[in-house]
Amino acid sequence: MTSTAVIDKAAPTRTVKYGSMSRDRAWALRWSYFFLVLFAIFSLVPPFYMLITSLKSSAEISAATNPWWVFHPTLENYVGLLTSNQFLTFFRNSALVSIIVVTITMLISVPAAFALARMRFWGSATLATGVFLTYLIPDSLLFIPLFKMFAVFGDWTGIQLINKWYVLLLVYPTLTVPFCTWIMIGYFASIPKELDEAAIIDGASWFQTLTRIFIPVALPGLIAATIFAFTVSWAQFLYPLVFTTSTDQLVLPVGIITTLIKGDVFNWGQIMTGALLGAAPPLIIYAFLMDYYIAGLTAGATKG
Amino acid sequence: MADVTLRKVIKRYDDVEAVRGIDLDIADHEFVVLVGPSGCGKSTTLRMIAGLEDITDGDIMIGGDVVNDVPPKDRDIAMVFQNYALYPHMTVAENMSFGLRLKHYPKAEITSRVTEAARMLDITDLIDRKPKQLSGGQRQRVAMGRAIVRNPKVFLFDEPLSNLDAKLRVQMRIEIKKVHQKVRTTTVYVTHDQVEAMTLADRVVVMNNGRIEQIGTPNDLYHHPATRFVAGFIGSPAMNFIPCRLEETAGIPHLRLTDRIAFPLPSGRAARYQDVARNEKLLLGLRPEHITEASAHPEPGVEAFDAVLDVTEPMGMETLIYFTLEGTEICGRVSPNAGARDGGPLRLAVDLNNMHLLNEVTGAVL
Repeated sequence: MTSTAVIDKAAPTRTVKYGSMSRDRAWALRWSYFFLVLFAIFSLVPPFYMLITSLKSSAEISAATNPWWVFHPTLENYVGLLTSNQFLTFFRNSALVSIIVVTITMLISVPAAFALARMRFWGSATLATGVFLTYLIPDSLLFIPLFKMFAVFGDWTGIQLINKWYVLLLVYPTLTVPFCTWIMIGYFASIPKELDEAAIIDGASWFQTLTRIFIPVALPGLIAATIFAFTVSWAQFLYPLVFTTSTDQLVLPVGIITTLIKGDVFNWGQIMTGALLGAAPPLIIYAFLMDYYIAGLTAGATKG
Repeated sequence: MADVTLRKVIKRYDDVEAVRGIDLDIADHEFVVLVGPSGCGKSTTLRMIAGLEDITDGDIMIGGDVVNDVPPKDRDIAMVFQNYALYPHMTVAENMSFGLRLKHYPKAEITSRVTEAARMLDITDLIDRKPKQLSGGQRQRVAMGRAIVRNPKVFLFDEPLSNLDAKLRVQMRIEIKKVHQKVRTTTVYVTHDQVEAMTLADRVVVMNNGRIEQIGTPNDLYHHPATRFVAGFIGSPAMNFIPCRLEETAGIPHLRLTDRIAFPLPSGRAARYQDVARNEKLLLGLRPEHITEASAHPEPGVEAFDAVLDVTEPMGMETLIYFTLEGTEICGRVSPNAGARDGGPLRLAVDLNNMHLLNEVTGAVL
């Protein structure tokens, strides 16, 4: 009796060579972690280096010591930038441009996407493709014609838009509107047709269907589009470099490099500090909205 | 509440005619089921009544008013969709009251209507849940609740039970029937399931290929089908169609199935078929329940013959038997005690009092 019991106990401990799901999964996880850590290092080293440099004095930056360590940490770069009116102006310009551009983009692309996705009208499919093709044209190809257009517009009407921060409010949407429209078309198209039919039978107008059904249901998509529009506006470099020149009209990315690089003298400490401070708002928005985004995706997914 | 009338309604998509001229009168309080195979135009017809599809030609009237160009929201109809189409971001109560809120009903009125409908559908406990927290059957109830609170002239159901499992489907079928008995709203119900059609409908409209094949009560359609399509579509297992011809033997009309098998027609049927041409190819339509084991004391019109069974399917209260007659597979129903077994012989009886005779070419029931 006892001997059989021993054999029975021993049986399950043999190693499974084939078809073990948990073993496959464990390997997949190990590789995932390996690459995730690799990529995390790869993408986090530059900001880390920026942070270190921003805490050094100019003398320490140019000294031949270990560049990965701060021997005499100082906040002088932060104090210098945050008390300079110039930097605060760049910050204000960037914030104004980005917030207004996001608003304009959403006001145009959400109704446009709804119309293209749902209100089947003549040529709507072609138009939807056209919207996406617009996005594929790079800004480096567009900035000269755009500049020329604003110059001619200024000559004709006497309204000078060039070298004013608000010219960017007209330029940025050419980048953000097509892409956000495209994202929203995708989100709206994934909403079942019966949902708007139910709303229409319930007595909703097109506008009510959009505001009371489509926008709440596609909220994760709307947030993704908002984040995209904000990031594009905040980080855009070429257009502000071309369209604005006076220091009081500059936005952050252009302002930092035009005012902190004097001739061939690079004020590295302040450049790094400015870049770090400039990266903060998108980071905060991501952190806040990502939570919301994920909450939106998983709302009510659990059985109650 | 209102009656619904369709007059020569046609729906054409480019070159394809989905609905080819439909005439239909649905009385006030009536429960009408449109049934047919997929692509027969039944859903299109329903969507045209709802106003979700334009009609190419003809007239649709609700409560006597032509509504051809009236938008859905002004037709005073409510629709229940196959996938429920509940608004995912709203609670059950908000889902049900959405239509009323859009029409700016007073709050108290909305609350009382929602409470009443929730009580009727037994979903009072779920009123604050989101659709994702509900099971399929519960979602279906909410979708019905959304229709009920509106108190519309007409209920439209578009295959509402197709997404439910078989057991729940039977349960919800009864639920729908109960609701209709309470609210008595004119109802048009689309399904491809003939059992649903038979069990729910006051009248069934069988559609095929964009046309109405037959309109009638469930029993009408079952016992007096007008065409081969209706005869074959209604009833499960389906009616058997056996090639045959009529011949005169000793002055009595006989039904000849094979060289060896011929049955004299019972007197009632003989009179009915006296004008049918003799020796022409016909089809004998016989439901499985009219092919049973032979009894010792056959009634008039019941004729016995021997068969070798291919397959038997014990169902518990009965056993379905399958055998082949001159290349035609035939299904019958026998008692579980009849001794039917796979590959075994059995003496069977056909009840010719319930036979149908069909024109082989046109499919018309003679």
